[in-house]
Amino acid sequence: MSGGVDSSVAAALLAEEGHDVIGVSMQLYPSTPRDEAPGLVVGRSGQATTAVEKWGTCCTIDDLYDARRVAATIGIPHYIVNFESQFGEHVISHFVREYVSGRTPIPCSHCNSDLKFAELLDRAKAYDAEQLATGHYARIVRDDQGRYHLRRGADTSKDQTYFLFSLTQEQLARAAFPVGHLDKDRVRAHAKRLKLHVTEKPDSQEICFVPDGDYAAFVERTAPDATRPGTVVNAEGHVLGTHGGVHRFTIGQRKGLALSTTEPLYVLEIKPDAAQVVVGSRESLGRTRLTASQVNWICGGAPTDWLRVSAQIRHRHAAAPARIRLKADTAGGVRLQPDWTAELEFDAPQTAITPGQAVVFYDADEVLGGGWID
Amino acid sequence: MRVYLDHNATTPLDPIAADRMAQALRDVWGNASSVHHFGQQAKAALDEARAAVATLLSADPSEIIYTGGGTEADNLAIRGAAEALEPSGRKHLITSGIEHEAVLNTMRALAKRGWRVTILPVDTSGIVNPDRLREAIADDVALVSVMHANNEIGTVQPIAELAAIAHERGALFHTDAVQSAGKLSLDVRALGVDMLSIAAHKFYGPKGAGALWVKRGVRLLPFITGGRQERSRRAGTENVPALVGLGAAAAIAHSKVSIEGPRLAALRDRLEAGILSSISGTDRNGAASPRVPNTTNISVDRVEAESLLIGLDLAGIAVSSGSACSSGTLEPSHVLKAMGYPHGRTLGSIRFSFGAANTDADVDRVLEALPPIVEKLRSLTTVGAKK
Repeated sequence: MSGGVDSSVAAALLAEEGHDVIGVSMQLYPSTPRDEAPGLVVGRSGQATTAVEKWGTCCTIDDLYDARRVAATIGIPHYIVNFESQFGEHVISHFVREYVSGRTPIPCSHCNSDLKFAELLDRAKAYDAEQLATGHYARIVRDDQGRYHLRRGADTSKDQTYFLFSLTQEQLARAAFPVGHLDKDRVRAHAKRLKLHVTEKPDSQEICFVPDGDYAAFVERTAPDATRPGTVVNAEGHVLGTHGGVHRFTIGQRKGLALSTTEPLYVLEIKPDAAQVVVGSRESLGRTRLTASQVNWICGGAPTDWLRVSAQIRHRHAAAPARIRLKADTAGGVRLQPDWTAELEFDAPQTAITPGQAVVFYDADEVLGGGWID
Repeated sequence: MRVYLDHNATTPLDPIAADRMAQALRDVWGNASSVHHFGQQAKAALDEARAAVATLLSADPSEIIYTGGGTEADNLAIRGAAEALEPSGRKHLITSGIEHEAVLNTMRALAKRGWRVTILPVDTSGIVNPDRLREAIADDVALVSVMHANNEIGTVQPIAELAAIAHERGALFHTDAVQSAGKLSLDVRALGVDMLSIAAHKFYGPKGAGALWVKRGVRLLPFITGGRQERSRRAGTENVPALVGLGAAAAIAHSKVSIEGPRLAALRDRLEAGILSSISGTDRNGAASPRVPNTTNISVDRVEAESLLIGLDLAGIAVSSGSACSSGTLEPSHVLKAMGYPHGRTLGSIRFSFGAANTDADVDRVLEALPPIVEKLRSLTTVGAKK
C-alpha cells in the first residue's frame, strides 16, 4: 500500500470480497536523511562502494500516513516493512550507475521485479499469505494448462504492464491486480463509495525517490565523483559545445544542450567513455533495429526464429509492429534463465530508442516478454 | 483472543481507575486553584491522588510534582536541576548509555547548550558498574541520572550505591523509575535518590499523567512557566481526571505489587526457558538478575525483529522490539548497542513484557506460535539480503 488511490482500492476491494487482507507499505528510502548519515557512495567506476545504511525515519512521510488511514478505514492490519537497504542496493545504485553510464534507467521495473515480487513476496509467503496484491493496472489470466498470462490493464491509458515485463510464472502465480480490470474513474468511484480519504489524491508522476524530478541533481548528489563534464559533438565528431556530464542527457533530448544553432538539435547517442553527447537533426533520431538483454519470456517457449510482435520502447510509446528473435546469452559463461538476448527490427523507424529503457513485446494486449535495451 | 505481552510499552487502563476518571471527567470539572466549592472539589481530588502516589513511592505527598507523563518528569528533573545549579559552576551531567530517550535526548539537548555530558559505558550485563561512575565523577558534576529498571531488558540498576557516589561529590541524583514503579516496591529514601520519575500508563493508569518526586530542599527551575501550580514547578491548570487516574492506579499497584511480582516472574521465566530451549540461535540479552519480574529480551539470530513482530501480530501475539517508537526503522536498539552487542544480535531482538491479564495459557501460545514463524523467516534469508 503506497498510500495512493490504486493500491488503497485494491486492498479495499479484496477486503470487501471477504479476503483476509494484510496491508503492507514498504519504506524504501529516507524521507529526511540524517545529517551525519553516510550517503550512497558511488565511485568513479559507478560501483556502489557503500550501501545505504542507517538513514533513520520514523514513518513520518505523508504516504505512509495515508496508507495507515486507509487500512484503518477498511479494517485491516497495516505494517511498514523496511526495505531501505535492499532498495538502495537493487534500485537506487542501479539507477545512478545507469545514468553515469549514459543510459536512462527505469527504477520502477527493478522495484517490481527485485523488491515487490521478490523480497516482499517472500515475506508474504512467510506470513502464510496466498497472494501479493498491488494496485497495478495489469491483468493476470490463467489458462487451461495452468500457465499465467500477463495482459494490459483494461484502462489502456493507465496500463502498467510496461513495468512488469520481467515477472516470471512463479511471480505471476502469486500476484493479484484487483484494479487491473477497472478504469481509473471506476477506481476513484470505488474509493469514494468506500469512503477512503485518498479518493481525490493525484496520481504520482515522478520517480518516488526523486520527488523534485531533477534526476541529474540526484545523481550528482549520490555519486559526486562519478560525473564529469564532456563535449557535445555532431555525427561527424565536430565539437559543438560542452556539457556537465552524460548523466544529464537521454536519447531524443533537446533541452539543456546550450547550443546556438539554427536548426534544433537532439541527442542521438551518448558515449560515456569519451564523455561525449552526439547530437543531430530530428530526422536522424529514427532507428529500426535494437538489441536487448536480460530478456524475460513470460509464457511458453521463447521464439528463436523471427516472430511478429508489437514492441513498446518506453512507457508512453505506442507499441509498433516489429519482428524479434531471441537467443541464449552465454557470454558470461553460465547462462542464467531467463537471461536471453533479443534482436528486434521495427517495420518503420522509431524515434529515440534509448539504452537502459525496456523493450516490451506484446501480442495484442498480452505481454509476451521484454528486455533491457542495449 | 489476542495475547498482549508489551506491558513495558503501555498497559490497559485498570477498570477501577477508568471509573474514577469517568466520574471526575463529568463531575470534578472545577479549577483546582479556585477558592470556591468547585475548586475545592478539584483540589481534594488532586490531594487524594497525590497521597496515593506518595504511598506508592514511600514518600511525602508534598514532594510529588504532577507532570504530563514520564518524559516530562525526566525533562523537569534534568533541565530543572541543571539550570538551578548552573550559577554554582557545576555544568557537568552524567548518565548511562542504556537510558530511555527521554533522558538521553534531554542530556544531548543540554550538551548542545554548553553542558558537559558524560555517558557511562555499560557491559553486556546491562547493569551500570558503580566503578564507572566513580571514575567519571568530579566536583563539577551537577546531576547524575541513571534509570532504575531498563525498559528494554528489565535489568535493575544499583541505584542506592550510585546515588551515594554522586552525593559524596556533592552531585544530585535522579532516577527514571518509569519501568519499575508498579513492578517493584519503591522507597525513595532507601534508594537514596533526590528525584524519581514515574508514568501512570506503565502501571494501568492513563497516558499523559506522571509525576516527579523531588526530595524536600532540592532546588529546581521550572521549564514550564506560568501560574503557581505544583509549587511553581509545573505551571498550567491540572488535568484532574488524568491525575485521578494516576492516583487510583498508584493505589492499586501498591496493593498488588508484592503478589504480582512472583506471579509474573514465573510466567516470564517459563517463557524465556521455553524459547531458549526450543529455538536454536536464541539468547537472552542482559543479566538474568536483578531484573524487573515481567521483562525478558531475546535475540533470535538470522531474523529481523521487524518481520518477527509482524508474524507474531498476525498470530495474535503483541510484542515489541526495543522501544515502541522505532517501528518502520531498522535502527538497532541503542540499549543493546550500548551494551556492546554486535549488530546482528541487536537486529533480531524482541521484548516480551508481561502484565496483569497474562496467564500460563499465554506462555503456551507463544511457545507454540514462535518456532514455526522463526523457521519460515529464516528460510527467506532476508537478513543480509540476496546478492
